[in-house]
Amino acid sequence: MESKAVFKSKWLPYLLLAPSNIVIVVFLFYPALETFRLALYRSDPFGFHKVFVGLENFIGLLTSPDYGASFLTTIFFTFWVVLLGLAISLGLAVLANQKVKGIRYYRTAMIWPYALSTAIAGAIWVFLFDPTAGVLNYLFAAMFNIKPQWLTSGDLAMGVIVATTVWKNLGYNIVFFLAGLQNIPTELKEAAAIDGANSWQVFWRVTFVMLSPITFFLLVMNVIHAFFDTFGMIEVMTQGGPAGATNILIYNLYRDAFVNHKVGVASAESIILFTLVIAVTLIQFRTAGRRVHYQ
Amino acid sequence: MLARYLNDSKLVIHLFLMGSILLISMPVLFALIVSTQSPVEVFSYPPKLTPGTQFDNYLEVWKSIPLMRMFFNSFFIAVLVTVGKLVISILAAFAFTYFEFPGKRLMFFLTLVTLMLPIPVRIVPLFELIADLGKTVSPHLGIDSYFALVVPFLASATGTFLFRQHFLTVPSEFADAAKIDGCGPIRFLFLVLLPLSWNTIGALVVIQFVYVWNQYLWPLVATSSEEMRVIQIGVKMLIDSESANNWGVIMAGVTMAMLPPLIVFLLLQESFLRGFAFTRDK
Repeated sequence: MESKAVFKSKWLPYLLLAPSNIVIVVFLFYPALETFRLALYRSDPFGFHKVFVGLENFIGLLTSPDYGASFLTTIFFTFWVVLLGLAISLGLAVLANQKVKGIRYYRTAMIWPYALSTAIAGAIWVFLFDPTAGVLNYLFAAMFNIKPQWLTSGDLAMGVIVATTVWKNLGYNIVFFLAGLQNIPTELKEAAAIDGANSWQVFWRVTFVMLSPITFFLLVMNVIHAFFDTFGMIEVMTQGGPAGATNILIYNLYRDAFVNHKVGVASAESIILFTLVIAVTLIQFRTAGRRVHYQ
Repeated sequence: MLARYLNDSKLVIHLFLMGSILLISMPVLFALIVSTQSPVEVFSYPPKLTPGTQFDNYLEVWKSIPLMRMFFNSFFIAVLVTVGKLVISILAAFAFTYFEFPGKRLMFFLTLVTLMLPIPVRIVPLFELIADLGKTVSPHLGIDSYFALVVPFLASATGTFLFRQHFLTVPSEFADAAKIDGCGPIRFLFLVLLPLSWNTIGALVVIQFVYVWNQYLWPLVATSSEEMRVIQIGVKMLIDSESANNWGVIMAGVTMAMLPPLIVFLLLQESFLRGFAFTRDK
């Protein structure tokens, strides 16, 4: 492991690491392990009696049509958030990477939504799509003569939460794409151009390939964001509705744990989410290990 | 010819940049405009796209939700977590970078694993742990306590790795020279290393302040009294309490709630960009 070990002390490194390790063990590892244990129990709504039920909670979830629907909703939501989010952000990052006057100010003006919360993004977009006062609704009525009830129709509500999340993630994604773009040596692009590649080819064959590590990193971060951080937005905008159309796994987990008080089932849901996170993270590590073009 | 002229003058790029910035900012601009409109203006048809004069909306927010208290809670928590995390991750990164000791690889690995343990994968036992602490040890450690909202977030792989990565870029001659001059590790950390770390500190402050201020799920679960609610949940309460959808008041609340992290971001954006994203791959 890379280090500059120059100082020698038998006890100091442990003292320095103690605060971090204590918090990690008590508030991260202990609850994480406890999740595995609780997932094997069924408890009454008040948590007084816990009965060991083995894998019953998992089997119940995996065979439940509602949970299956929530799973598919999450995959669908995540797919579009990642695809649209990365495509739009990459385009904007290329734009923000142009060498024109005042580009620093343009960049700031482009990435500042990074500082907004998902709940606030949700509140603003609920207003934009409001059937009577919403500006977007007026635009749709004026342009296409339609007045959709955005948040009371399942497909449209999904579209609205995808749009809100994509918008909210723009700042974060642009920052990283921009960093990636700036790390690509200009000689590479120049060499390709000298060899007769047009700017379209240079972008896809050089820039896009060199960006692949950043793209993979952002793919993972966007998946994790879509899985977990969107909770506040769902709570503000749709509460999982209409009829479960936006009931993504994290919202389902919250309701099972803290509304329905099904501790065992909710823990099993945590484990399922954990497995998904691990899968995505391992893919990231493997691809990063092979393909990152450091420096 | 025209296209070439535009290309050369880079006018097209400027226009595209302005256009996309306008599109990106549009939702928040609408929120700002509506926050100054009266209900009649908000519901006028076609929509009124100019600001009104109903600045009372900002006062109305205070009547609907305990805004001051929520602001204080969010701010207090965000500052405590940010400062605590800075200290804890600087110390951890310093140990990982400048010392060799038994168990180092294991501890580093365990820190890495925490990246895969976001709140949702441990929320049920974490809630039970906090509830138990409150019942058996002290209410100051339980549900509705600042302890519950702050301490579980004090350690993070992000901070530790960010600082370690930065420390690794500091030439080892610095530490060698310090050692020869009889400067111990702690003095080296404070007198040499930290003054070289402002960008990384700035980056972590932005990331953490924005993250904690904007957090929703854990504060919702770990608090039940209105006194301990944070501003994000206040936004939801505001929407629910303005039953007639008085968007002017709601957007006034939204505007106030988004200002603090935005200010932190704007003040520290240079360090944020330099210390985080733009050195990540170097």
